[in-house]
Amino acid sequence: MKIGVIGTGITKFGELWDKSLRDLLAEAQLKSIEDSKISPKDIEMIFTGNMCADALSGQLHIGAMASENLRINVPSTRIESACASGAVALRQGLQAIESGAAKIVQVNGVEKMTDVSTEQVTTALMGAGDEEVEGFQGATFPALYALMARAYMHEFGLTREQLSAVSVKSHKHGSMNPIAQFQKEITVDDVANSAMVSDPLTLLDCSPITDGAASIILASESVAKKLNPEAVWIAGSQQATDTLALSARDSLTEIKATRIAADSAFKQAGISAKDVHLAEVHDCFSIAELLAIEGLGLAKKGEAGKHAAAGYHYFDSKIPINTCGGLKSCGHPIGATGVKQAVEVVHQLQQKAGKRQVKKAEVGVTQNVGGTGATVVVNVFKR
Amino acid sequence: MFRTSPILRWRKYDERYNLVGVKCEKCGKLYYPKVALCSCGSSKFTNHKFKGEGTLLSFTEVSSGPEAFAEHSPYCLGIVQLDEGPKITAQLADCKIEDLKIGLKVQASFRKFYDSGEKGSIHYGTKFTPKY
Repeated sequence: MKIGVIGTGITKFGELWDKSLRDLLAEAQLKSIEDSKISPKDIEMIFTGNMCADALSGQLHIGAMASENLRINVPSTRIESACASGAVALRQGLQAIESGAAKIVQVNGVEKMTDVSTEQVTTALMGAGDEEVEGFQGATFPALYALMARAYMHEFGLTREQLSAVSVKSHKHGSMNPIAQFQKEITVDDVANSAMVSDPLTLLDCSPITDGAASIILASESVAKKLNPEAVWIAGSQQATDTLALSARDSLTEIKATRIAADSAFKQAGISAKDVHLAEVHDCFSIAELLAIEGLGLAKKGEAGKHAAAGYHYFDSKIPINTCGGLKSCGHPIGATGVKQAVEVVHQLQQKAGKRQVKKAEVGVTQNVGGTGATVVVNVFKR
Repeated sequence: MFRTSPILRWRKYDERYNLVGVKCEKCGKLYYPKVALCSCGSSKFTNHKFKGEGTLLSFTEVSSGPEAFAEHSPYCLGIVQLDEGPKITAQLADCKIEDLKIGLKVQASFRKFYDSGEKGSIHYGTKFTPKY
């Protein structure tokens, strides 16, 4: 696979009281068009990742909203795959180009989350789990990841300090990202001493509730070469699924769908884990980042906590992870996250990541998770 | 709101109240809750009632639950492996998080879950309690 990313657009992430769902989506859409120096009329198809607009804003039919924003009448569809909605939307765009159905596609992700109470958001997000098996029992997403964290601590001896190192690194990166929700550094003690959300996960183990949108323009190889000499190439993109409920899986301490998607995406791109220079992974909770790193083969099973504590994943260290600040510090507007990961990797590969620029950045990977690992998308980007 | 629908919960009473799952007629694999297709490829099942005894595989305490459970917070939640094999996500009752550890033996207990206001129905199901 060789499909070009010819433009990116992203809004500020955070509690954006004065911006609506449509405002956010339109802002990101227009930015990616401006960045790629094309006209809205050049876009042949639109896919927009969004999880909760119906539950949180009373709005469905985001596809038509996205094309209306550009004053065009092309096929435009909303894609929902829980927290992986953004990356699954990106895959639909890639498939549209691979099939020959379109040469230029816009892929967006958007979520407007701060108009309602935390309880309402918690309830809406539980739609990503199994309503019968988990939701009815009073499970929440922090609780499900806490169950994974405790099982992992028991099995591999992960310590509180090792887990805290993940969020400390995320905030360090976030402090260098002007669009991040939190641009303030924190310490290992801050994480351990913050309010308990779902034991053993504290507030600073958890990604926040965020408003935001991201957008990219994809183009076929020949069109991309013509339009943008700096185009970054998507060389592999794979998606895998697993049971909706965590309890239905064989293991509580791995996300199997990450391994399946990564194995086939790396094979498609002709790389192995040791070729990866940086990765944006789905750290909805600190434990999720460790599971992602192991699933991608960037650490042996049970070793990721030690690597985190040893500082391997800072932007200027061995394997930079989540240089944008991750979901933890940059923020997690659900449907936008998978697209934002792509935007960050593209900026890194183009040497446009500012203070957090990774020196050697030629191969980058994104890993976006839906639910507790029921959907995973892994993409491989090359210079 | 879907959570207040009595029908949604009523159709699962046998599973919820009595821990009834299924056994594959071909390979004998047990499932809870019921499934449509076995991993062996068969879709022929007979009902199987689980004894309700198991082992705690992991646990947490939910400080702030979703809307229907907000007034019950905090509460303990775990994953229990039934002695017959399947795993269940369930609340842990009559205990504090300090009482829990991985490997603890637990047993099923019929409990109230939440109500749907003055005019709605009360929802019940199975929680687990520690066996000391």
